[in-house]
Amino acid sequence: MNLKEEPLVFELSSPGRECASLPEPDVPAVPVPADLARGRIGLPEVDELSLVRHFTRLSQKNYSVDTQLYPLGSCTMKYNPKVCEQAASLPGWRDAHPLAGEEFSQGALELIWRLQAYLCAVGGFAAGSLQPAAGAHGELSGVLVIRAWHRSRGDEARRVILVPDSAHGTNPASCTMAGLRARTIPSDAEGGVDMDALAAALAETGAELAGLMITNPNTLGLFDRNIEEICRLVHAAGGLVYGDGANMNALAGILRPADVGIDVMHYNLHKTFSTPHGGGGPGAGFVGATAALAPFLPGPVAAKEGERFRLSTPESSIGRLKSFYGNFGVMVRAYVYLRMLGGEGLRRMSETAVLNANYLRSLVEGAYPVKYKRRCMHEFVAQGNLAEGVHTLDVAKRLIDLGFHPPTIYFPLIVPEALMVEPTETESKETLDEFARALLEIADEAKTNPGLLRAAPVTTPVGRLDEVAAARNPVLCFRD
Amino acid sequence: MPFLAATESDREAMLARIGVGSVGELFSDVPEAARYPELGLPPPLSELEVLREVEAMAARNLAASRSAWFLGAGAYYHFIPALVPALASRGEFLTAYTPYQPEVSQGTLQAIFEYQSMAARLLGTDVVNASHYDGATALAEGLLMAHAAAGGQRRRAVVCAGVHPEYKAVLSSYAAAFPIRLDEVDLPPEGAAALADPDTFCVVAPYPGFDGAIGDIAAAARSAHAAGALLLVQADPIMCGLLKSPGELGADIVAAEGQSLGNPMSFGGPFLGMLGSTAALVRKMPGRLVGQAGDSSGRRGFVLTLTAREQHIRREKAVSNICSNQGLSMLQACIYLAAMGETGLRKVAELCWNKAHFAASLVAAVPGFAVGPGAGAVPGASSPRPYRFFKEFVVRTPVPAEELSAKLSRRGVVPGLPLSRYYPGRDHELLVCVTEMCTREQIELLARSLEEASA
Repeated sequence: MNLKEEPLVFELSSPGRECASLPEPDVPAVPVPADLARGRIGLPEVDELSLVRHFTRLSQKNYSVDTQLYPLGSCTMKYNPKVCEQAASLPGWRDAHPLAGEEFSQGALELIWRLQAYLCAVGGFAAGSLQPAAGAHGELSGVLVIRAWHRSRGDEARRVILVPDSAHGTNPASCTMAGLRARTIPSDAEGGVDMDALAAALAETGAELAGLMITNPNTLGLFDRNIEEICRLVHAAGGLVYGDGANMNALAGILRPADVGIDVMHYNLHKTFSTPHGGGGPGAGFVGATAALAPFLPGPVAAKEGERFRLSTPESSIGRLKSFYGNFGVMVRAYVYLRMLGGEGLRRMSETAVLNANYLRSLVEGAYPVKYKRRCMHEFVAQGNLAEGVHTLDVAKRLIDLGFHPPTIYFPLIVPEALMVEPTETESKETLDEFARALLEIADEAKTNPGLLRAAPVTTPVGRLDEVAAARNPVLCFRD
Repeated sequence: MPFLAATESDREAMLARIGVGSVGELFSDVPEAARYPELGLPPPLSELEVLREVEAMAARNLAASRSAWFLGAGAYYHFIPALVPALASRGEFLTAYTPYQPEVSQGTLQAIFEYQSMAARLLGTDVVNASHYDGATALAEGLLMAHAAAGGQRRRAVVCAGVHPEYKAVLSSYAAAFPIRLDEVDLPPEGAAALADPDTFCVVAPYPGFDGAIGDIAAAARSAHAAGALLLVQADPIMCGLLKSPGELGADIVAAEGQSLGNPMSFGGPFLGMLGSTAALVRKMPGRLVGQAGDSSGRRGFVLTLTAREQHIRREKAVSNICSNQGLSMLQACIYLAAMGETGLRKVAELCWNKAHFAASLVAAVPGFAVGPGAGAVPGASSPRPYRFFKEFVVRTPVPAEELSAKLSRRGVVPGLPLSRYYPGRDHELLVCVTEMCTREQIELLARSLEEASA
């Protein structure tokens, strides 16, 4: 890791330096009218080598999957094959224009069409749309589809969506964006949906029930054993079930969610189907639906007519949620990944993800309490308040000093001092063993030398930053 | 099995440690009858085989790099310096997550801060956030932000007809769930803004319009503000390298498609939604923001900040549901802006301006062709304003534009977008885009080809 302070790109600037190499004008100059012309923009002036060093040095201030274990729970930080990157940057994709016309875009349309079919097969859905650009965008699509279905039946009043308290924050936020009201359902002692609370909520919500959003396995890393019964109850009450596929990495090839009653669902292509997360995206949020909901999917989607591929918008579509057709570059990566794995490979992927998580848990649960004693799926949630005055945050920061990216912390909200660990299938037993040793070492240190934890990290370019002060007086741009 | 490290003996050792006899036992919670379905996916391919398959598919698209390319309309063919992909594809950037742990994410965080700073200067706003899915969703979230800024008290948004048709569709999808009335008017920005009334929370104005026309944003800002409404501008960031920024013209919120800044067209995505605003509106802004911070020894660092706006803190009360965004596309834009710098970006914009005007003059001289939107199709056609454009302009064609486009595209000259794709009835209009990628020879070829094809 690069520890040296790196100047801001503006601080490397010197008037007259240039990096860009552009052709000389080969057409006459046309003056810009004075009322339109702008003055100085304020962009830096830096030479090429300085920029290359600048961004290379910045990159060296990151932990990443390519450099170490990155066991962020719920994020599926697995290794993403390099061939996917190469495939996505082929000139035939990179320089393809979305409005070139169907005749001139047959390759891209075929890839979208095939990928739609493969992803539908994975979930057991009748149809799907690749338009959503991320998981939350898929959620928004899905709940809009639910709302549109109710409306198509004249059911305007159905505007309440039940959301378990273990859900990602995006679930209730997506409901709000779809004009629906999220109502929280508590979890039971087993970490699943509390069935009594669900029954009560269904009774109270009555004809206002639009549906339920469920993440299964949930954010505790636990598969809800009552999933079929939950879907049955929601359906009986006139609602639909949305599946949040953030944790599909545990289930692909193991279970098709539609088979247990999920009506509409997104998966994050950038998690399960292997696109690197890029420091925040881009992702893609395929949304699949049963035959009854297929007409409401966002469009356009790819269709096949004879031997030709074309764009088509489902007949009662909720409309367009993005310009063009989705994050195509991410689709290419997912396509390549699915083609290399096939059905057997996907199953092996999920099995290994679950094996790795259970193994890691077995190594550390003696020192880090795990609230729910059940077998976990692809991730598990432990607790990091190991001793008086030692918190999960301290464990996370100390892990950094030992060379590991910390797990997700303080989420899910229903487990105090949560430490949510998702090792993924691509990590070796040796790496898991090393990580477990680090966690156990920290558990010892928490008792023998807690100051070490509270002072961590000390091996990074900066120590703990004052986030409160940063939010109180936000500095969001460089000022000279 | 590719991409897995576990050997059979590893598996056995791990299962023994867990205390189960087989991997299957780990899935005992999954309903048995539904377990292990046959997915019906095609059999797996090796890396070599899959590359061959994908290369063959990719070759069936018409690539801009192998054509004379005059098609834009929301996705633009611009030059990308070699260092942009070379640096952005470094594994340490590519395979990191959203920077939740700032001490081990300073690379990503500082790059975002630099992007925010450069993008804000380019658009003329106080703040730009760390990205939306694309220009259309940035515009839609800008609309919701303006609605929230008015405390939900005002319900009407006046939308110029010149906003990209797909963006208008996205605005409708996003606004549908809120008590918002989108009032689309067939007027340029200054005319549309004059219609703002006490119920109007914002005016949505394109800069330039889908037809290329540059309206009077400053006048639009004055009218919108006089009615107590905000001005939300959808801008072309490359144009801002040469022409006044929307911020300096009075826009309160600016949304832009940042694909042009160092990102390939990639059949329409991943793109880069840019969203900026005045400082006064920042707490209503959706998306990630990075701020400067210090550690206990006084070292400068960067953190995600003002997170109380976001879904992972506020859940259903968050200003948006956005989580994953376009981080890598933003990093490419960051490196692009740094590489182009003050003079480079201006040069790119000047090349676009000069070449587009040169192309317009050549095409206008072709018998039967004229430059400028057709009568009746022009927003505010009654006012005799000059048709001012940057890199895109409308050409009226003597034969249906769709025919011309198909005929020329087959010969490797992609002349532009037939407007009938979005506006049924406008079948004799072509939207032509000229960037720095077009050479004089290609522009001359375009004019010749149009003449031949319409003869």
